Amino acid sequence: MRYLPHTPEEVSAMLSAVGADNLDELFAHIPEVCRRNTPLGLPEPLSEWELDRHMDGLSGTTAIQPEYMVFMGAGSYDHLIPEVIKQLLQRGEIYTAYTPYQAEVSQGTLQIIYEYQTLVSRLLGLDVANASMYDGASALAEALLMAMRVTKRSKVAVSRAIHPLYRRVVQTYLEPAGFEIVELDYNTQGRTDLSALDDSENLAAVAVQSPNFFGCVEDMAAMEKAIHADAKTMLVATFTEPLAFGLYQSPGDLGADIACGEGQSLGLPRSFGGPGLGLFACRQAHIRNMPGRLAGQTVDLDGKRGFVLTLATREQHIRRGKATSNICTNQGLCATAAAMFMATLGGTGFRRLARINYDNAEYLKGELKKNGIAIAFETPTFNEFVIRLGEGSKRIYRQLMAKKIIAGLPLDKYYTELEDHYLICVTETSTKADLDILVKEVTA
Amino acid sequence: MKEIEDLKLPDDLRYSKDHEWAAEEGDLFKIGISDYAQDQLGDVVFVELPTVGALLEKGQEFGTVESVKAVSELYMPMSGEVMEINDELEDRPELVNEDPYEGGWMIKIKVTDSDQLGALMDRQAYLATLKG
Amino acid sequence: MMPTIGTSGLIFNEPLLWEMGAKGRTAFSLPAEDVPRAPVNEGLCGVGPDFPDLCEPDIVRHYTRLSQWNIGVDSGMYPLGSCTMKYNPKTNERQAGLPGIAAAHPLLPADHCQGLLGLIYKLERLLAQITGLDEVTLQPAAGSQGELTGMMIFNAYHLASGNRRTKVLIPDTAHGTNPASASLCGFKPVAVPSNDQGILDARIVADLMDEDTAGIMVTNPNTLGLFEDNINAVADAVHAKGGLVYCDGANFNAVMGIVDLAACGVDVLHLNLHKTFSTPHGGGGPGAGPVCVTRDLAPFLPVPRVVKENNRYEWSESFPHSVGKLHAFYGNFGILVRAYSYILSMGDHLKSASQFAVLNANYIKEGLKAVFHLPYDRPCMHECVFTDKYQREYKVSTLDMAKRLMDYGFHPPTIHFPLVVSGAIMIEPTESESKQTLDGFVSAMQQIAREAETEPDRLHHAPHFPKLKRLDETRAARKPLLGG
Repeated sequence: MRYLPHTPEEVSAMLSAVGADNLDELFAHIPEVCRRNTPLGLPEPLSEWELDRHMDGLSGTTAIQPEYMVFMGAGSYDHLIPEVIKQLLQRGEIYTAYTPYQAEVSQGTLQIIYEYQTLVSRLLGLDVANASMYDGASALAEALLMAMRVTKRSKVAVSRAIHPLYRRVVQTYLEPAGFEIVELDYNTQGRTDLSALDDSENLAAVAVQSPNFFGCVEDMAAMEKAIHADAKTMLVATFTEPLAFGLYQSPGDLGADIACGEGQSLGLPRSFGGPGLGLFACRQAHIRNMPGRLAGQTVDLDGKRGFVLTLATREQHIRRGKATSNICTNQGLCATAAAMFMATLGGTGFRRLARINYDNAEYLKGELKKNGIAIAFETPTFNEFVIRLGEGSKRIYRQLMAKKIIAGLPLDKYYTELEDHYLICVTETSTKADLDILVKEVTA
Repeated sequence: MKEIEDLKLPDDLRYSKDHEWAAEEGDLFKIGISDYAQDQLGDVVFVELPTVGALLEKGQEFGTVESVKAVSELYMPMSGEVMEINDELEDRPELVNEDPYEGGWMIKIKVTDSDQLGALMDRQAYLATLKG
Repeated sequence: MMPTIGTSGLIFNEPLLWEMGAKGRTAFSLPAEDVPRAPVNEGLCGVGPDFPDLCEPDIVRHYTRLSQWNIGVDSGMYPLGSCTMKYNPKTNERQAGLPGIAAAHPLLPADHCQGLLGLIYKLERLLAQITGLDEVTLQPAAGSQGELTGMMIFNAYHLASGNRRTKVLIPDTAHGTNPASASLCGFKPVAVPSNDQGILDARIVADLMDEDTAGIMVTNPNTLGLFEDNINAVADAVHAKGGLVYCDGANFNAVMGIVDLAACGVDVLHLNLHKTFSTPHGGGGPGAGPVCVTRDLAPFLPVPRVVKENNRYEWSESFPHSVGKLHAFYGNFGILVRAYSYILSMGDHLKSASQFAVLNANYIKEGLKAVFHLPYDRPCMHECVFTDKYQREYKVSTLDMAKRLMDYGFHPPTIHFPLVVSGAIMIEPTESESKQTLDGFVSAMQQIAREAETEPDRLHHAPHFPKLKRLDETRAARKPLLGG
């Protein structure tokens, strides 16, 4: 086996050094009852080339561009990823390193995390970003837990216009410890209806997504005012598409106390939903209640600038049962990719790319409307919006599928009241010609 | 780490088994951690203190003190109401290391049961517990 | 003495990203805009993020130089105890990067991603076969999320039988994530002391176990690198009071093909694919923490689950007792692909991997026990734990020796863990290291032990070769500077 260096001669020399006659003897102290008496019985090992063929087969069954046109976003977006990012990520010193506990031989990773934290905090408009969470959904759950620690309250309100799968993760995280979750409905504009807030007191946080699951940009300014009417209540702003902040105001600028969401759009392939990246940022005043790792700047013995993991006393390996979170391994390499992506675009490129997404989506929206397709919500959007196909929608959707066009995500599974509604996403990867085909086929 | 003989343990203070000290100051008691405690912790990087007005029982946690790689709870040596906290520790936690009995004090309390003072140790008794 | 592999070389300085570049540069090939500009609602718009503008060569040099300040498994032996820094096969990266995998949207209809659903289904079966347990979820994104899933399963199981239990037993040698995960799920962690052999004593567990305790979290082999010989008696004591046994499988690399976890009385187990199953650590993740359970606990696993009917795979949500969802989609799928690729490449050689991992650790233990204090002198599994007791005499600490090891070209072992051993040095070589490399490591450690006696200051000031000297962690924590 090519990964194992041991020759029979070396094995016997090592066995005699440790005083064992054979390999089995190394395990002789394990109680008989715990042992496995049969071989593993796994499939015969594949050669590198057999494995390639097998994996090509599995991979070949997936509907992907360019064979298919996939107009689906909903928390997982198709964006261009420069080759330079793919190649740099494969540097062995980066991707085969562990968590940078030994700073002197991990300065590369540490500076990368520090730069990532800086870029994310600038993107989200908040003081401090951590070194990453698992994904947008668990980042939201952890943000709500953090808000409850800060405010010493045990109830949160969550908008129904937040990604439905995120809300399920929030429920899974909060339920066992007995925290209460109130849901805020959305209105006919596809925005969160805050009137329900009037009935809720003592909220630790209100969570709102913008652009929300329907692609609609929330009226965050009005919401911020309503939520902070109780000075203690924290505004937790979540998102699935951070590229939107290249066009729209950032959560921090709009008064969010915590911003958290998915960073997959920033240079990560969709990869069937993971690994993605949980972005997480908050205000300076709350950093000691923050979950996750943090890299900080310091100096070495000679006074040279360097970086270390810091404020570790918040974390599980020191505070154990009283830690701010149980997170240990995070999404380090994904954060590295995101930092590279933000650096590659620069501020100028980030705004341009955001604008291309917006313009493409607006073009498609306009063409569909012109051709009699209803747009469900008349609220500004970014690169996603909801259409209503009306009667026979399922048949239309199937017919398009047969033509290798995936015309968005059917919403009835997530919102029973939104039968015949589809969430359409269009990014910079579609050309005008692609969009014209979609319009023609949908209205055919 | 310091040898026990090198520890500074003033005679006019009272000590608890959790290594807090208490000193009478007017009608209040000033509380902090001993030279032994700060030495064991190493460089203190953060001190978390209660809010003024908190009513805490003897033995109850009143805050935490953090070094780079450890967190220790702080325990009330006597029951009382927190009247004042040492705000300076927020910016200069190193005072706990450099000057544990003066600049590094943590809270001032109005004790609710002054008899509890008798249960604290004097220098000799505390030193004896440290020598084990 | 053997020649050491550590040496000094030319390393570049490199500024922070925003200290370089010039406004107007770009490193991104933006597509042409072929649709008309659309009007925007100015009231909602912002100014966009303040990122530096760089060109492609800037980016390449920046990250290439930063990478050179790091060492990884690709650079050399990385014997971090309990982290299983084994070789990360290159072919795994090829597989995870295949277009049908990397470009797959997670909400595709099942008929349009059968190969990927099949991969999930098959990997679950393979992990069940390797561990001895019955059913598996691949959703947890890392070990600690696996632990949290396990605690949620404990909670759901007890609730289903009509009672809520409030405590969980956790040995004092456990990784900090164990009590943190238990707390996150609303349980109070109760510490269980290990005995003088460094392992659990079933009588102590039986005394602590009551009907308010949901069960126990055991790491086996434990963080001292020792097999918990009393695991069955411990499990019996827990089961007798209606509790469940969770096994933290962080150290599973020691026992593949050797131990049957179900036979040990384990009900729930998590694995770290980024340890045992060769997926890269990436400087801190992403990982994957699948959870394996007995048949009785399968109804509580997270949803959705892949089911197979008539040779076709489908997602199913029909598990009313499920704990719910831990991840927006299905976990770190790209990591699952790498582990699947590793298992198919290894087959039953997985057992050899465990055997060689244990052989390597014992070989190091024998090579060093004359010069370093060994707190538990018993046969070890995949890692061995020494202390700095002998060197403290010369005022040399574990930290000093760890830093000095860098100069010899080795990443330091895990230090100061487990907490029950003062000045712990925990060495896990993994099966990837050859006898020659281990001999070099042993020789370096012996040399460091000699230096501790003869030139302790050399150790106090170590490391000498890396780009930076020791860093001021106190300053970083007192005045946190977390972004530029």
